[in-house]
Formats: sequence, structure tokens, C-alpha cells
Amino acid sequence: MEGMAIRLQGLRKSFGETTAVAGVDLEIRDGEFFSMLGPSGSGKTTVLRMIAGFEAPSGGRIELAGQEVTGLAPFERDVHTVFQDYALFPHMTVEQNVAYALKVRKVPKAERLVRARKALAEVRLEGFGKRRPSQLSGGQRQRVALARALVGRPRVLLLDEPLGALDLKLREQMQVELKALQREVGITFVFVTHDQEEALTMSDRIAVFHQGRIEQVGTPAEVYERPATPFVASFVGTSNLLVGESAHRIVGAPGTYSIRPEKIRVLKESAEADQPEHSTAVGTVAEVVYLGDATRFLVDLDAGGRLTALQQNLETSSEDVAAYRGTRVRLQWHRQHAVAVPVPD
Amino acid sequence: MALITRTAGALHRRPRLRLTLLLTAPLLWLAVLYLGSLSVLFVSAFWTTNSFTSEVVKVWSTDNFHELFTVPVFRQVILRSVGVALAVTALCAVIAFPLAFYTARVAKPKWRPLLVVAILTPLWASYLVKVYAWRLILSEGGLADWMLKPFGLSGPGYGLTAAVLTLTYLWLPYMILPIHTALEQLPANLLDASADLGARGWRTFRSVVLPMVLPSVAAGSVFTFSLSLGDYITVQIVGGKTQLIGNLVYSNIELNLPMAAALGTVPVVVIVLYLLAMRRTGALSSL
Repeated sequence: MEGMAIRLQGLRKSFGETTAVAGVDLEIRDGEFFSMLGPSGSGKTTVLRMIAGFEAPSGGRIELAGQEVTGLAPFERDVHTVFQDYALFPHMTVEQNVAYALKVRKVPKAERLVRARKALAEVRLEGFGKRRPSQLSGGQRQRVALARALVGRPRVLLLDEPLGALDLKLREQMQVELKALQREVGITFVFVTHDQEEALTMSDRIAVFHQGRIEQVGTPAEVYERPATPFVASFVGTSNLLVGESAHRIVGAPGTYSIRPEKIRVLKESAEADQPEHSTAVGTVAEVVYLGDATRFLVDLDAGGRLTALQQNLETSSEDVAAYRGTRVRLQWHRQHAVAVPVPD
Repeated sequence: MALITRTAGALHRRPRLRLTLLLTAPLLWLAVLYLGSLSVLFVSAFWTTNSFTSEVVKVWSTDNFHELFTVPVFRQVILRSVGVALAVTALCAVIAFPLAFYTARVAKPKWRPLLVVAILTPLWASYLVKVYAWRLILSEGGLADWMLKPFGLSGPGYGLTAAVLTLTYLWLPYMILPIHTALEQLPANLLDASADLGARGWRTFRSVVLPMVLPSVAAGSVFTFSLSLGDYITVQIVGGKTQLIGNLVYSNIELNLPMAAALGTVPVVVIVLYLLAMRRTGALSSL
């Protein structure tokens, strides 16, 4: 155990003219729940496929548990994958699917069966062993894919947008279960997703991908509260940037600042700033969106630019909300919540 | 115009009538021509002939079928025919699999349609031309002999082997196509998943590719088996003295029509049995 499950150095991948991955350096610790977050086409899935061995890198190096595996075939790596569309073998029963990795390793049949049943129990699918994948729902197939990948207890489990095909309720439930399962088995999970909320709720650490590069690696709180680049600020959470002249006027110093919508309070224009550590800006409400539990205000600032503010609906109801449109308001936030974002040249 | 609109409207409101009008002709064709002639064949198999005049005597008897199973020549020919059909089918499967694997998964995608066309091209040529070409290839001192000579061997000459070879050549495309389609539709991520779970190439082939493509092999075998069983021209041209069921039917038509009919029911029954066996593999749903 040297504490590092995966180490990527200068990893690159081009498909003909297009560059999918443009130099990625990354270290993933043992036992970590690590998410690779980014929009589609940002290179996160390609990195995952290179770790699994499905794609050969155009350059760079991949290490698993301290061993270089860059040129090895998928079956030579102690890594198993949960595929986006599950990739269950349709001609095998659920049990045979789950036991496949053991059968390949020539584990005796009796032991195979016991371990497959145990893996199915882990994902709460006892009694489904004799069915075919086609007889299961999407959520159940998802669990079978998980059990199949976990049964051989790999060093690292790779998950390629595994919850993408599930509906919202099921997805939220699976997020909780997946996290619990990871804690239970203690295997390193590398989770690819384009859903920032999913990444924030489940991960120990997140790498944010953009155009084949990593923009920031950090804990969910770090990535959310202190985005390292304007892209991270806009992709993780709602885009809320103060730039140029208006930033200078409101914050008092030049630069680019990110303020999370829920940190901003919406007050009457006549309200005075409570305390010296608060910043305020006045503007006109351009749009109000009623979200049920909260209301989103889009405010055009007199100083220039637009900010989004999110208010819990503690007292307001949907009828009150519409009346805000076009009214003058004062926005107020704690100075420390306006985070300076370094702008790359 | 109004009449057409009204008729179309009336038809639209009566789906049953629409279906009847649509299906009457093809169903009549199937019932009268196909099933009708089959029943005539079957019925006439129970008649007999006057052995002097060769005229058909419409007297019921099961003698013909009795002879089929007792006269050694008939039994031999039936077994030989089924054997030839099975051999051709097996050869086709063995040759077609690697070919289809190449055209469906190894060749560059832009070449694949062209390769499929190349596989189909022999089907455009006349059956007789192809069989006579094989007669030339297999003739004494022909291409086969000439090519095998350096190895101290000679071609098979005309006979059973020649018939099997020629039939294999003739029906091979019918085997390649369904296998090609199945291999092409095999999701790539299933192969990835197999490798990911630790399987090497051979294991993936045995455990994933083969079981998923097998129904298509069975589908192709329905063609190769039934086409081989029904063939009697190829064996006449390249088979030497070899006789198959078709030849017996042909030679009995003039002298003993009821016997020919009895012989003719044999391949029909064998093919029905074969189809029933193949249905269990799921082949018929992948046709």
C-alpha cells in the first residue's frame, strides 16, 4: 500500500485531428470517492476509458497502485468498470453476469455461486439471480452492473455516468446507496458525471474537466466555495460573476468575482447596509422564477452586469413572487463570499 | 374523385374488410398453389402403379412408405442426402464465421458495404454457370488437380466430395450474411465489459461472441440445409454416380409417380423437423 490508487502523468489522447485529452496530471488516493466532473466532450470519459485500458493514450503515463499499466490490456488491470448503459450480457442470467469475473479467473463453481449471491445481496437484489437482464428495470440493471464489477473486489472501480439513465427519484436514492456501498467495501471509486450536484453530494474530491484539461481538483466545498477559474465558477453551481468596471465599483477592487446565489440577500432598495463587512448593490429585478422551495431573482445592477440571487420561500408564496418583477431592490452579501477568481491569460 | 374519397373513407372505417382485400390474393396463392400441391403430393404417395403400363392406380396403400424404410437403396440415399446437407451446413458455418468476423468487425467501416456486396456477387451469377465452373475445376487435370499436384495430391474428382464442395460454394453467402449482421450488431461495450472483467480474447469469443451469434448461425443453416437437401442438379453435374433424394424423385417421376411422391415427402418432413429443432435456438426470430 503506498496510498495512491491511480497516478496520471501528462496523459493525452487524440482522435485524428481532435484532441480529447490535452495533458492530464492527477493523483487519486486509495479508498477515495473521486469524481471527474465536466460537460460532455470535456475528456472525462476518455480519461476513464484510458484508465480501464479500452483506449491507448497518445502520450503520458498511467499508474495503478504504483505499477505502470499504460500499455497493458484491460484484462491485465485490477480495475473494473460500470458502464453507462450497463453492458450486461443479455444471454446470461443475472447470476451468470455477476459471476463472470470469477468464472474467468477459474474460481470453483460452488464458491462462484456463493460470492455472486453475496454480491447481489450487497446491492439488494437477492432472489433475482435466475432472471435475465431484459426482465429487469433500469435501476435493477444498474445494481447488477455494480454487483458484477464489485464481485472480484478490484483495486479501483470505474463508473461511467452510471446514474445518467435513471429518473430523478431513483438517481437520488442510488447516490445515497452508492456512497454507502463505497464506504462498506472500501474500494477506490472513480465516478464520471456531468451532473455537478451528483459530484458535490457524493465525492471526497472532484476534478473539474474542461476542454481536455483539469481546471481544478479539490473537495466539494473547495470547488464550490473557491472556484479556481471562471469556468469552474460557472459550471459548478449557477454562473454568477462580477467582472470589469462593475466589479471594481461594487467590491472596491478590480478583478473577477464569483458570488453564489444563495449567499445574496434581496432587500428593499431603501434598506441600509447592516454591517461594514457587507457589500451591497442596487438594481432592477429583470426576472423572477418560482422554484417551489425557493425563488430565483435575476437582477440587473445599476453598476452594470447581472446577478442571480436565491431566496428560500420562508414566507413568500407564488402569488407574491410575480409582483417583484420590475421593482427596485438592494442586494447584500458578506464580503468574504465574493471570491476572487483568477482569470487565465 | 368523390368516389375514391368515399371508398377510401369506407375502407378506413372497416379495418377487417381492408385486411381481407389485402390478404386474399397472397393467401389464395399460398393455400392453393403451395399447400395444395403439397397435399396432392402427399395423397398421391399413397397410390400405386401398374407395373406393366406405369399408369397410376388410385388404390390406397402404404407400400411406398414401407419400401422407403425397407429397401436398402432408398434408406442409403436418404441418409446420404441428410448427411450431405449436414456436411454442407457445417462447412458453410466453419468457413463463414471467420469471413463474417472480418467483414463485420475487422475491416475498416468504409470497406464493409463493399465487402458485403462482394459476398453477394456470386448470387447474381447463374446457378448452372457456377456448377459447370466447378465441373471444370474438378475435372481430371483441371484446376484442382493442377494446384494440388506440387503436394503430391490430386483433386477429389467427381463424386460425393465434389458435390459437397460445390454445394458449400453455392450456399455460402446465405450463411455469411446472417452471421455478418449479428456480428455487426454485437455491441462493442459487451466486448469491452468482458475484457474489463478479466477475459482474454478466446474467452470473450467463447462466452460472449459465440453464444450471441449462434442463433444467426442456426438461421443461416436453415438456408444451407434446406437448399442442399432439395438440390439434385449439382450432384448430376459434379457428383459422378452419386445419387441423392432429388435424383431418385427425378428418375421415378416417369415410371412410378406415387413412389416419386413418397420420396418427395422425405425432404419436406426432414426440413420441418430441422426447422422445429432450430426454433429452439431462437434462430427463426433472427431471420
